[in-house]
Amino acid sequence: MIETNAIYVIVAREFKKFIRERSRLVSTLARPILWLFLIGGGMSRLVPAGGNVSYIQFIFPGIIGMTVLFSSIFSSISIIWDKEFGFMKEILVAPVSRFSVVVGKAISGMVISTIQAVIVLCLFPVIGLRLDVMQVVGVVLISAALSFTLASFGILLASFYESYESFSVIMNFIVMPMFFLSGAMYPVKLLPDALKAVSKLNPLTYGVDALKNILFPYETGRMAADFSLSVDILIIVIASVFFVLIAGKLFERKQ
Amino acid sequence: MKMISVEKLTKKFGNMSAVNEVSFDVEEGAIFGFLGPNGAGKTTIINILCTLLAPTSGKAFINGFDCDRESSRVRQAIGIVFQDSSLDKDLTARENLTFHAYLYNVEKSVRKQRIDDALRFVDLFDRADDMVRKFSGGMKRRLEVARGLIHRPRVLFLDEPTLGLDPQSRANLWEFITTLPKQHKVTIFMTTHYMEEAEVCDKIAIIDKGKIIASGTPSELKKTVGGDVIYLRTNDNKKAMEDIRNLFELDVSEKDGEIFISTVRGDACIPALIREIGESVLSVRMQRPTLNDVFLRLTGKEIRDVEGPGHDDIKSMVRSYRSRHDRD
Repeated sequence: MIETNAIYVIVAREFKKFIRERSRLVSTLARPILWLFLIGGGMSRLVPAGGNVSYIQFIFPGIIGMTVLFSSIFSSISIIWDKEFGFMKEILVAPVSRFSVVVGKAISGMVISTIQAVIVLCLFPVIGLRLDVMQVVGVVLISAALSFTLASFGILLASFYESYESFSVIMNFIVMPMFFLSGAMYPVKLLPDALKAVSKLNPLTYGVDALKNILFPYETGRMAADFSLSVDILIIVIASVFFVLIAGKLFERKQ
Repeated sequence: MKMISVEKLTKKFGNMSAVNEVSFDVEEGAIFGFLGPNGAGKTTIINILCTLLAPTSGKAFINGFDCDRESSRVRQAIGIVFQDSSLDKDLTARENLTFHAYLYNVEKSVRKQRIDDALRFVDLFDRADDMVRKFSGGMKRRLEVARGLIHRPRVLFLDEPTLGLDPQSRANLWEFITTLPKQHKVTIFMTTHYMEEAEVCDKIAIIDKGKIIASGTPSELKKTVGGDVIYLRTNDNKKAMEDIRNLFELDVSEKDGEIFISTVRGDACIPALIREIGESVLSVRMQRPTLNDVFLRLTGKEIRDVEGPGHDDIKSMVRSYRSRHDRD
């Protein structure tokens, strides 16, 4: 059952808090920008361009993916905060289905992450990329779909944890490996077989790959996308439905 | 009409029974108090009634709906003020109430009016657009009560509503709570471990170790501990005691130079005493039994003695630590 009023107000609350906390916006944007210019800039001197794509351009889709990943997971993890500070109880005793709560939280993550992805996307001229309108629209849509998927995944994680301490566990053992094994920093096809297999289970891989498909449509060399765009989109959509349903179920548990 | 009805409710966590075959009813419009030390099972029962926990066995009904099976009907019918604040401190008072109104599907046409009324009712209208972060403990609690009433519930749960408040805010809050049943046509279900606060209840159930050990009106319960005690100082205690024994057939004894008399109706007894032996009396005082005496008699211990380990202190320490670090 979907309650639009409840979903609307859950999203509105997160959005309002996001707008008010400028420092959070600055700190979540600082990370991708630092990675792009410090790592991308430095590594470009070491890693030769493949085809028409330089290394700093190659990691650009990965950096957008990173922005979406951190911001979506962070937004979902706020559920742990809400549990810890009691606000979750206000939501849980309301006559609202758990599924609506999960969808509301996932949409919150989607809205907030997409805004940040768009801000990072605006850097494209700085690193020498030329994009047409359709490419920009494509990146925004993929970022939105990917962030919904990752936010749902974050909710699923958050439903296992009660306290704030778990936050660093999630960050170090789930989020960082997800980032490195997504093809963000190096092409999946260059990974050893074992890691390649793990990459293929990572939803972020397909998000980053979809962005590569959109940003470098004509690239064929080692800097090119690993899968086709339709495969990427299909997997993102399937993953989002899967995560949202599981998270909804986990949320429904009563002790 | 019975607004809340609980039948043989049991909740086990592993092998430990937090609630053990508890049964009680609450009439519509009453203020019902659940008394007991921390860890007695009060919050567990509230959580079951609020549909947050499933009972191990037994049944609970609110407004005729099964708390376990008809969760959403029950949720619509109840408002809750939790022991720990459940406000969003980074939103304003009005935003917290608006959030609630949307969540409970309060009709758009009445939404603003209800929120304004609620804010006025708890005397926070002037602070409506301030962040809750800036509010004092008493203000937060009042705001939570206001929020709990926005969707016009039939039952309002108050779990330790005065915990952590200073004496004055506590007194104010009680004055305010007692007006609720008439003003909002709501039944109140509250828990407390401050015995003196339970005096305002129409009916009380005393719970210890997951079981109800006594229930009734405050005066009924107090009668069970034997009524009032009158203390007298006289210029000749021996003679006075003899006179009292002869004239009133009352149980009299002496301690620390004071005569004390146990009787059911102390207030009616004093004038008679003064009439008969008034000339020798230097001072009179009377003590009425408190609910604390009731608890003491039933369990053999003071309610304060059995408070759980300093759990709340640890929790609040952890919280304040986190609130300092949670933006990192």
